[in-house]
Amino acid sequence: MADVASLSPGAEALRRGAAGPSGPKPRHVLSRRNIFLYGTLIVVALYYLLPLYVMIVTSLKGMPEIRLGNIFSPPMEITFEPWVKAWATACTGLNCDGLSRGFWNSVRITVPSVLLSIAIASVNGYALANWRFKGADTFFIILIVGAFIPYQVMIYPIVIILREIGIYGSLTGLVIVHSIFGMPILTLLFRNYFTSMPEELFRAARVDGAGFWGIYLRIMLPMSLPIFVVAIILQVTGIWNDFLFGVVYTRPDTYPMTVQLNNIVNSVQGVKEYNVNMAATILTGLVPLIVYFVSGKLFVRGIAAGAVKG
Amino acid sequence: MSNSERPNQLFRNLNAKIASIPMILTALVVFVGGTAWTVLYSFTNSKLLPRLNFVGLDQYHRLWSTSRWLVSIENLLIYGAISLVFSLVIGFLLAALLDQKIRFEDTFRTIFLYPFALSFIVTGLVWQWLLNPDFGVQRVVRDLGWTSFSFDPLYDSSIVIYGISIAALWQGTGLIMCLMLAGLRGIDEDIWKAARVDGIPAWKTYLFIIIPMMRPVFITTLVIIAAGIVKVYDLVVAQTSGGPGIASEVPAKYVYDYMFFAQNLGQGFAASTMMLLSVVIVIVPWAYLEFGGKKHG
Repeated sequence: MADVASLSPGAEALRRGAAGPSGPKPRHVLSRRNIFLYGTLIVVALYYLLPLYVMIVTSLKGMPEIRLGNIFSPPMEITFEPWVKAWATACTGLNCDGLSRGFWNSVRITVPSVLLSIAIASVNGYALANWRFKGADTFFIILIVGAFIPYQVMIYPIVIILREIGIYGSLTGLVIVHSIFGMPILTLLFRNYFTSMPEELFRAARVDGAGFWGIYLRIMLPMSLPIFVVAIILQVTGIWNDFLFGVVYTRPDTYPMTVQLNNIVNSVQGVKEYNVNMAATILTGLVPLIVYFVSGKLFVRGIAAGAVKG
Repeated sequence: MSNSERPNQLFRNLNAKIASIPMILTALVVFVGGTAWTVLYSFTNSKLLPRLNFVGLDQYHRLWSTSRWLVSIENLLIYGAISLVFSLVIGFLLAALLDQKIRFEDTFRTIFLYPFALSFIVTGLVWQWLLNPDFGVQRVVRDLGWTSFSFDPLYDSSIVIYGISIAALWQGTGLIMCLMLAGLRGIDEDIWKAARVDGIPAWKTYLFIIIPMMRPVFITTLVIIAAGIVKVYDLVVAQTSGGPGIASEVPAKYVYDYMFFAQNLGQGFAASTMMLLSVVIVIVPWAYLEFGGKKHG
């Protein structure tokens, strides 16, 4: 492919340079292509890694060093104090118990939201794939189209609904909101997966007398663990990274980590402590980063499934 | 499908219907009902509380004569154009580079994609720090001796939206690259062989053969990028809070601020309805092209 392009200048050089070496052409043309290829990739990779590097380096410096030096230089004296402060004593408004509160709030939001949204969506997808009833496809299409509606259009009606039920501002309310907005993409994911499973399996179970829930729990669920893992990855990162729903549907003492982080870093009071801010930022990004690096190819599969088919 | 021939389908599917109640409620109450509710109330003069006091198109008149909204729309257009063009170009180029059967492909892909795992809040705060004029890139270059160097997008209202776009591209291009790479991998090797036999240069093969073949991938990618553009909110909140002044405001932030701070619900509803309208303008032609002829289930 690119050999074709890079061959021609080489041939040109041979024709012009009569004093060139004789014999079969060495394969250095290919290496020139490689230098360009890997050179470009490495430069781009460095650019992508730079912010992460700067975050880590800044969080390990003391404030005097930050004021003096440049942001790219490694710390002369490594200190973990900013990390401790970010976690335990950084202030948002009147609360000075650090990001730990936001972290645990996020855990208490993410775990039930992931479980509930996946439970609902997998059953939905299963019903759509194997037990289609009249009108089911209509609801499904509404659901998929709904995924494209800007959240801003629906946030206020949901505020009213939650207020009527009496759970506005609570973590339960936020969990329900996450389950609602996770539904389109997850339902699509599970529906497509269950549709691709061999039909004979379902038929055989029906002949043996298994019902809706029996087939789901004893056949579909155990056979589709990979797609459940993909859904979990998708949801954990998505819900952990959410900001809008957190800021709309919770109160200051139940703010998720992202909201609290933003309040800590962008607070106008006091002296800016950039090292603490960067430590707090890394702490907030740590959970999705760990999920990303551990899950590897599955993460890619998750976002590809979530994105391409949407 | 499997039991469409059965006579008493209604009762046999009762469990499926019960199980689908959350989906039906979400589709009807939240998506259809919520949207209709917001559109309806955008024609009222609701302030602190939603009230059915119709004032026609007043909210929209006010919206389009508010400078903050006009700035928001302008920013969205610039941000949108940059995101669209650059994420497609960079995403495709990176995918094409990774598709050259290189070594360490997984490592490179992992590096290009990791920012996508981070939230917009984290992205915005990191880039706020990198672009900080007193400590960040500007200071570093000045310390190297180029004292008149100026690169201060986050505090210069004429270019602040570009500063935000840089952060957005850093976060999002990895995803586009992955989608493009999947598209490139889906192309038959024989196409490449045929092009090589005919002596067509690689860039020409890409431009005139591969890219036209990847049309579906490009269209879905385009829709994904477009849907993301309209929703941009957290990034601006984290990076600039809309500043300096109102220079980096975006529509989603306008909606939020008018609904929850300015206690002017009617304005918020009108603005969110305009956001909906812009999505409809993008999505409907696409859906028509994609699903127009054939009936999908």
